[in-house]
Amino acid sequence: MSTTQLTPLGRGARFGAAFAMFRNGKSITGLSILAVFVLVAVFAEQLAPFSPTQIDATARLQPPSGTHWFGTTHLGEDVLSQVIYGTRGVVVVGALTSLISMAIAIVVGVLAGYLPGWRSEALSALANVFLVIPGIPILIIIASRFTNPPLWVVAAILGILGWGWGARVLRAQTMSLRNRDFVQAARLNGEPLRRIIGVEMLPNLTALIASSFVGSVTAAILGLTTLSYIGVIPVNAYNWGTILNWASAQGAFTQNQWWWFLPPGLCIAAIGVALALLNFGIDEYINPRLRSAGELARAMRRKGLDTTAGVTAVTSTTTQGTTT
Amino acid sequence: MTTTTSPVTDVVADGTTATRATRARARVPWRFIGRRVAFYLFTLWAAITINFFVPRLMKGDAVDNYLARNRGISPEAADALRALLGLDSDRTLLQQYGDYLGMLARGDLGVALTHGLQPVGQVIAGALPWTVGLIGLATVLSFLIGTVGGAVVGWRRGSRLDALIPVTTFLSTVPYFWIGLMAISVFAVTLGWFPIGKAYGIGTTPGLSLEFAGEVIRHGALPLATIVVASLGGWMLGMRNMMLTVLDEDYITVAQAKGLPNRRVLWRYAARNAVLPQIQSFALSIGFIVGGAIIVEQVFSYPGVGKMLLDATNAKDYALMQGGFLVIVLAVLIANILADVAYAVLDPRTRQSEA
Repeated sequence: MSTTQLTPLGRGARFGAAFAMFRNGKSITGLSILAVFVLVAVFAEQLAPFSPTQIDATARLQPPSGTHWFGTTHLGEDVLSQVIYGTRGVVVVGALTSLISMAIAIVVGVLAGYLPGWRSEALSALANVFLVIPGIPILIIIASRFTNPPLWVVAAILGILGWGWGARVLRAQTMSLRNRDFVQAARLNGEPLRRIIGVEMLPNLTALIASSFVGSVTAAILGLTTLSYIGVIPVNAYNWGTILNWASAQGAFTQNQWWWFLPPGLCIAAIGVALALLNFGIDEYINPRLRSAGELARAMRRKGLDTTAGVTAVTSTTTQGTTT
Repeated sequence: MTTTTSPVTDVVADGTTATRATRARARVPWRFIGRRVAFYLFTLWAAITINFFVPRLMKGDAVDNYLARNRGISPEAADALRALLGLDSDRTLLQQYGDYLGMLARGDLGVALTHGLQPVGQVIAGALPWTVGLIGLATVLSFLIGTVGGAVVGWRRGSRLDALIPVTTFLSTVPYFWIGLMAISVFAVTLGWFPIGKAYGIGTTPGLSLEFAGEVIRHGALPLATIVVASLGGWMLGMRNMMLTVLDEDYITVAQAKGLPNRRVLWRYAARNAVLPQIQSFALSIGFIVGGAIIVEQVFSYPGVGKMLLDATNAKDYALMQGGFLVIVLAVLIANILADVAYAVLDPRTRQSEA
């Protein structure tokens, strides 16, 4: 009887615990900024005042004004609309790439961490090969094979090349989990491998997976915008990198047409900062020392103690002066 | 340092752990070395194989492209060119692969269509010094500044220096090419402090003259500064976070309790241990750095390997593309080997655990 009452409560607590890493100021700020960008991507048609490719020969290279908030391009296209539509490509590729690369990273990383012997070594070597081989040159070469790659192809290439780091981190953590008592107990109970990995280990890896996921979204967005900027990804699918490619090709940077190149760059920066904040939040959840170190030091300073002086600060009542 | 010669050991200065005694009988960790060598050989093979297949999967062939740009070449000459480039279709893919490996073994990288049929090796040799000079110097500088800075910020935790962290993080989340373009727009165009792009002025002839050296420095300063600024944040944050973890360890408390000078605790006790993961991530980030070189060189039209690779890709000049990619992979592998050696020297545990 009592168990039926306890289960929902227990499940609720566990559900809450899984999101504890997002429940601090930094994570919430990061998630809010991300949410804004996702909403912009979803409602691009409603938000954009013009079509991103609508040419207006009478309004070329206009600085920001009432009708064109971010000014216009060399063809008279509205920069604001291009930025709004460009959010789509960035959000879609960012999410899809991370899903692909994290799926591979989790499978390879957890298996490499759990399996013993040569299979673990082989999987780990595979991850290291993907880490060591420089990604951008391969991306350039592969992407130039397509004349007009759809977004999912770009995401797939970025994802398949970008799972190495996540797999490496997860393998290390799984190896340390493997020898804990509860995993040993599960193995002795005769639980199948599927269950040990899925039920016993994965919940303990969620924070790490979340952190790697955030990292891979950042990498995907930087990869996409960079490739678009150098013109490897064709320019008809708008994203922020494409806008910068046009701006650069038309000499906006040397003619000080700041309204053309500042907004897309700042958007990339804003999404990058949001992801970095989210990562800081998760990092501090995983490693509380990162959070407490600064607070502790500030608290000690208020009491007139110097943290860098360490233990000698206690003896500062004697004539011995503390060092800088 | 000075105490090794004197018979009486100064415990306060040296610490009580006998670090020097273990160094005397350090064995050569053959198994560790062997495993790393096998890994690097495997990676090299994988890279060469990718290098062979990817251009062959690409649409359009180099000769078609060449013909489009140079009119008046007979079909026979085109066929001869294909044979010269190893693109003749009457050989199977496996045979071509064998030919390719054989050519590599002989150090023959083929000829570059886009550079007037010059040997690829020669074209690369002309571009490589620029990349190594610029990217190498920038990487070492940003690693040193970032690591030392991170150690100091971590040491003075809770102070005003913590404000540096968000700033450097912001700079490392912005794509590099944008920082580069902004730098050109502000410092080269608006303020006119630096020339726009290129490695040296159009009028100057390369040579060992003071004028040429000045030109190279003037043109290299802006790209160098932007790379350092963009990549500093990662090193700084990594070092700071490791420092915060290490500073909580008991041996730091003990070192301070013994009354060791702060400077010694910071650099010899805390930073020395915190720097290990830095070196590991340095090794891993070399791939990104080299990839980033392509972007730097594109933004600043710097005549290095990266720009060469990009131009070759756009012109579908396979031989040059493969050569450029191979050089980049080799550079990454060599840098990784150096990082491995540094790691083994700094951390005795990597040697012992494998023995």
